[in-house]
Amino acid sequence: MATQFVINGLKATIEGKEILKGIDLEMKGGEIHAIMGPNGTGKSTLASALMGHPKYEVTEGNVTINGEDLLEMEVDERARAGLFLAMQYPSEIAGVTNSDFMRSAINARRGEGNEISLIKFIRQMEGKMKELEMNEEFAHRYLNEGFSGGEKKRNEILQMMMLDPKIVVLDEIDSGLDIDALRIVANGVNAMRSEDRGFLIITHYQRLLNYVKPDFVHVMMQGRIVKSGGPELAERLEAEGYDWVKEELGITDETVGKDA
Amino acid sequence: MSTQTILPVDRETVAALSSRKNEPAWLAESRLQALENAATLDYPKLEKTKIERWNLNTYGVYADAVEAKSFSDVPAEARSFLNEDGAQDMDNVLVQHNSGVVYRRLNAELAAKGIIFTDLETAVREHEALVKPYLMQALKADEHRMAALHAALWNGGAFLYIPKNVEVDIPLQALFYTDDAQATFAPHVLIVAEANSRVSYMDNYVSGQLQAPIVHNGVVEVFVKPGAKVTYASIHHLGEQATDVTFRRAIVENDGRIEWIVGEMHNGNAASETNSILQGNGSTSDAKIICVGNGEQKLNITTKAVHIGKSSDSQMITRAVMRESASSIINGITKIEKGATKANGEQTERVLMLSPKARGDANPILLIDEDDVTAGHAASAGQVNQEQVHYMMSRGISREDAENLIIRGFLAPVVAEVPNEYLQQLLKSYIERKLGQ
Ligand SMILES: Nc1ncnc2c1ncn2[C@@H]1O[C@H](COP(=O)(O)OP(=O)(O)O)[C@@H](O)[C@H]1O
Ligand SMILES: [Mg+2]
Repeated sequence: MATQFVINGLKATIEGKEILKGIDLEMKGGEIHAIMGPNGTGKSTLASALMGHPKYEVTEGNVTINGEDLLEMEVDERARAGLFLAMQYPSEIAGVTNSDFMRSAINARRGEGNEISLIKFIRQMEGKMKELEMNEEFAHRYLNEGFSGGEKKRNEILQMMMLDPKIVVLDEIDSGLDIDALRIVANGVNAMRSEDRGFLIITHYQRLLNYVKPDFVHVMMQGRIVKSGGPELAERLEAEGYDWVKEELGITDETVGKDA
Repeated sequence: MSTQTILPVDRETVAALSSRKNEPAWLAESRLQALENAATLDYPKLEKTKIERWNLNTYGVYADAVEAKSFSDVPAEARSFLNEDGAQDMDNVLVQHNSGVVYRRLNAELAAKGIIFTDLETAVREHEALVKPYLMQALKADEHRMAALHAALWNGGAFLYIPKNVEVDIPLQALFYTDDAQATFAPHVLIVAEANSRVSYMDNYVSGQLQAPIVHNGVVEVFVKPGAKVTYASIHHLGEQATDVTFRRAIVENDGRIEWIVGEMHNGNAASETNSILQGNGSTSDAKIICVGNGEQKLNITTKAVHIGKSSDSQMITRAVMRESASSIINGITKIEKGATKANGEQTERVLMLSPKARGDANPILLIDEDDVTAGHAASAGQVNQEQVHYMMSRGISREDAENLIIRGFLAPVVAEVPNEYLQQLLKSYIERKLGQ
């Protein structure tokens, strides 16, 4: 069955403030959707709410992944159901090596008694690291500890490649990357494109979209998707900025959650 | 309230110990003197812990040790703490069983270099001139009652001497094993590393089935001469019946270095102090300590550096995990004396509490009497970071596994420093046991 991911009327609050005000989005395997929007419009909140971050409370709506109710699942179950979120600010965890972490994550999916063999795991990890032009030592470094911004982003993509998810959400994967790193990360994403995998790329620049061509582009403002279109929408936003969208829709302050 | 102190040991017992061991007069006298002083000295003052409320009275009596003729004569359980199944014969190892050392062996090659590695009782008889100037000099017998009682009662122990310019690559190892609560268990470890020598030593304090309460009153003294480097790794894992009080002191001369790696994995109440006296200019110390508490344990773990020499440097890291109703007071003390210019001291204490009843208190203490120095500290006590748990769970790892990985990761940097694969595995297994896995 081709992957189906459906977000329906999703509303979410943080600390009692409503940030997501009803998001509707449908994605299929093979599709690449981009969510664009200025800072503070609720893009990361959407990503976090989908993943199930405990700070965010979903108050309305539903989300399904291949027909299964995502919001009923614990965070780890969502991941095992095929959802992957490359976070804008990944955690640093001292004392846990990147490779131990990655192996635990793979084995969590495979289940007890079916663990990946060490040699196979090492081969896989080394191969993917090479694709991402990561130094081998990163396998033995503690998880994200002391990594530069760009190294953390690459490490998120490495995890994505190792875990083979069905729905990938990339939250500002391009921020803080120089042009070489951007190209490497984009190649990583492109290498993962497949008929049964959907991507939701959150960004406020068009940059990344020059390398990873989206099928659909959505603009987010005030906690809603206010405009959708094809790749030409991203190009126009890059050329003209967001003001024309605001004008068209009569929006003065595009952000959400600011105290009145 | 009565002011009369009833000591847990009497004069006759101490005198008998000395004569049975044929100890030189100075030592016999110093034991008796220490015992006399013990009556008037106070217990050591520990931060936020009333140690006098612990069981500190069951010392038992000195029990003659039965020499093991070969490694296979060492009790099997004790051997299992040294290598897989205790099967392999071992060089460069010493085993204390209850009150005395029963096995000691030093590789001929090392002996030929002038290295001495034997029990302290033997060393007093055979190398008196090398022992006398150091014994109870880093920790003076009149510092407090525990020190005095130790000076009166110590038995077995280890003496390690490295001559000038000699470097040893293989770690030397001691095992201190108690399985009889009626037998006094008070090993004293004395290490003298002469100028520009280098050595790595490790020991393991463990117990078998103890049928009654016992006190382990242990002292470690390390003398690091100019340019010498000593690495000391120690794992304590005595049973619930044992109260463990240990003072570790190093005196480090010019450009010398001491490295401490300590795993406090006791099951009873425990207090320890790991203290580097940076006497010499350019002397340095690095202390890494981990501690896991469970059950009703009370723990007081102190790491300390005293800077006297100029440009001396101390690094201290303590990490403790408390579960169930365990409570711990974790102290880091950086003391910089006047005149210790350009000294630098950094300390970090972190405590993870895994249950609502677990207690952890991290106390960084800086006592600085010189202006031209740098010092830093960081301390925290709290629960497992939920942001980290979420990150791991978002990759499919269950909450339980995520927390386990984070807790082990918290202790891992110290475990990795233990200079012997087998002891590392042992330490990991103690951690697992104490974490209830
Ligand atoms: N951790 C948080 N605590 C409080 N408010 C938050 C938090 N995260 C987000 N918000 C609120 O949600 C709004 C949208 O944030 P975010 O989703 O991060 O926007 P974007 O990713 O589009 O820049 C912010 O302006 C802020 O008001
Ligand atoms: Mg964001």
